[in-house]
Amino acid sequence: MASLIKSTRALCGLMLILVLCMVTSLVSAKDMLNVTVTYLTTQEEQQVPLSLLDLVIEDNGRMGARLAIADNKTTGSFLGHEYILEEVVFEQSDDINEQVKALVADGRQLFIADLKKDDLTAVADAAPDALIFNVRAQDDILRNELCRRNTFHITPSRSMRTDGLAQYLSWKRWTNVVLVTGRHAADNDFAASFKRSATRYQLKIVQEKPWTSEPGARRTDSGHHSLQQEVPSFTQFKKHDVVVVADETDEFGEYLPYRMASPRLVAGTQGLVPTHWHRSQEQWGATQIQRRFQKLANRVMSERDYAAWAATRVIGEGVSLTSSNQAAELRSLILSDKFKLAGFKGVPLTFRDWNGQLRQPMLVVGPRMLVTVSPQQGFLHQRSELDTLGYDKPESACDKF
Amino acid sequence: MLFKQLKAPIEQRRFAVVVVLLFLQIFAGKSYAYKIYVSNEKDNTISVIDGESLAVIETIPVGERPRGIVLGKEDKYLYMCTSDEDHVEVLDLATGKVIDSLPSGPDPELMAMDNTGNLLYIANEDDNMVTVVNIAEKRKLEEIPVGIEPEGIGLSPDGKWLVNTSETTNMAHFINTETLKIEANVLVDTRPRVAQFTADGKEVWVSSEIGGTVSVIDAESKEIKTKINFEVRGLRPESIQPVGVKLSSDGSNKAYIALGPSARVAVVDMESYEVEKYLLVGPRVWNLEFSPDQKFLFTTNGVGGDVSVIDLKKQRVIKSVKVGRLPWGVAVTQ
Repeated sequence: MASLIKSTRALCGLMLILVLCMVTSLVSAKDMLNVTVTYLTTQEEQQVPLSLLDLVIEDNGRMGARLAIADNKTTGSFLGHEYILEEVVFEQSDDINEQVKALVADGRQLFIADLKKDDLTAVADAAPDALIFNVRAQDDILRNELCRRNTFHITPSRSMRTDGLAQYLSWKRWTNVVLVTGRHAADNDFAASFKRSATRYQLKIVQEKPWTSEPGARRTDSGHHSLQQEVPSFTQFKKHDVVVVADETDEFGEYLPYRMASPRLVAGTQGLVPTHWHRSQEQWGATQIQRRFQKLANRVMSERDYAAWAATRVIGEGVSLTSSNQAAELRSLILSDKFKLAGFKGVPLTFRDWNGQLRQPMLVVGPRMLVTVSPQQGFLHQRSELDTLGYDKPESACDKF
Repeated sequence: MLFKQLKAPIEQRRFAVVVVLLFLQIFAGKSYAYKIYVSNEKDNTISVIDGESLAVIETIPVGERPRGIVLGKEDKYLYMCTSDEDHVEVLDLATGKVIDSLPSGPDPELMAMDNTGNLLYIANEDDNMVTVVNIAEKRKLEEIPVGIEPEGIGLSPDGKWLVNTSETTNMAHFINTETLKIEANVLVDTRPRVAQFTADGKEVWVSSEIGGTVSVIDAESKEIKTKINFEVRGLRPESIQPVGVKLSSDGSNKAYIALGPSARVAVVDMESYEVEKYLLVGPRVWNLEFSPDQKFLFTTNGVGGDVSVIDLKKQRVIKSVKVGRLPWGVAVTQ
């Protein structure tokens, strides 16, 4: 059975006081428009990061939605809109189709999907008239062949990420690339996406090599000795400028920097990483949201937290501008030119009308600092330079959005 | 002292007269030329530009991350939101030294001074508050809860209304300065920044950075009269991000809007609300201020690291003055 957690916890003391203080200027409670946002996720084993510096996050994503609900509530308090966040955690044995149909029958229309590809598609097909915001699955196929009319993608696709990285490598003229791929399907997806980007931005993949060794224990007392032997022998590559690593489950990529046979840069899923959020991002007013989040969650904001925050804010913006909590009205508003989300990226964020993907710049970051933001200068586009990232309209295989 | 000097021998008297004359000359020179103060967000300094020569004559170290700056009564002090210090610092303009600090609430960004010069209204970007501070008593009088990320602060000419913008809530809040309560909330376009009243108090102009527009709000009805859009040929619409707003009061009926990354200042007719011209300044142009006679406009160009000087009669940029890194706020003495 799904456990239902009302998100009253999300209101930190400050927000409560704030809302209470505003009550004097509010419309009376009976005129309130109620907006319920349902956060869907699954019970799953947490992945232990390779670096001891990164912590296992139990409430990844959810905290971002809670922060945005608090943000929405503040705006809503001036407009007579009340926001409720409910969190539904599917267990492995749950029939998602059935559960979602029950939620829809109960009046739910607005979902945030913190789900993998197949679960997301199941939700989309169980709730055709709802609005679903994907905050996790990066698969390009969800934006192409498997796209759905009711599904918007906040998280950037893999192709947007690898295009963002490839543009920077191209701009730096680091054009000779070795591609190292891990043993998981997602690693292959990342590698395939990078190859597509390499063709687009004239990078040359001089060599490909799989990383096949079993990860073994993540914590050992003297692991660096063996790595100091293994990595140099593994990295006897042809002449190259950069090693791009495809390791989405964080099994080995972190081992490569500083240990390779030649002193080259590591980029991809580790090292220099294309992402849509990072703890070092402070530009365009981002300091404020980083601080607000830290106060609420007692940790740094992850990519998924940011996506869930943005998804919930998209709903908030839609409700503010339409005074409606209905999926159909919100859908047409957020696809109209009236919609512009302020997402601390220096440009307005809008949706692609051919597949529901949020247009956004990609941050390209090192472990401790933002390095650059793509699109890079000189990569032009007739509509929006942001559309140089990912599958563009003429390339799109989406016909159901 | 003067009496004694008059009674002193001739030589001494003559010397005293020379001293007085010299003093008068310096004094006259000083009062004749105005000065432009610019806060450099990255350098933690204030650049002082001489209004006559348009050269930087002094660079004064201040607290961390100076942003919004306001001149006090008779231009004796400059009040500065030193955001990362979580207070407002007071710069004595006679000595060029920071002499005091005022409580401001966390992360002060922009502020306005009331007509009496006794109160500061400060937007606390991190804390969803507008703080009212009594300057003489160095005391917070009130904290007014507003929307998320309060930013712009505009005071009506009669001092009765304070308009505060909140960046994530996308609103202009009308606060009654007598009761310090919000009386109206106007939904504007995304990420509102600066709010400015017209000299007659009838309109409030609010810039929306991400929305790319300026909303003109009727101060009486609290409704949006019109929205001004901007379009520069050859520039992506995303790069046009209105921030600073300055409304003339010299009868020329012109408004000036700083358009951020597009490196342009728009000249708008305040009657027809038509954009007449775009002037090229420097990238990330943020804030604007007039010279006392409104013949010149000074712009802070963040990425460019300079201040552009616009001759308003010719409607032309006549000079660029290099200042510190990330110039942010600007204030001009009378």
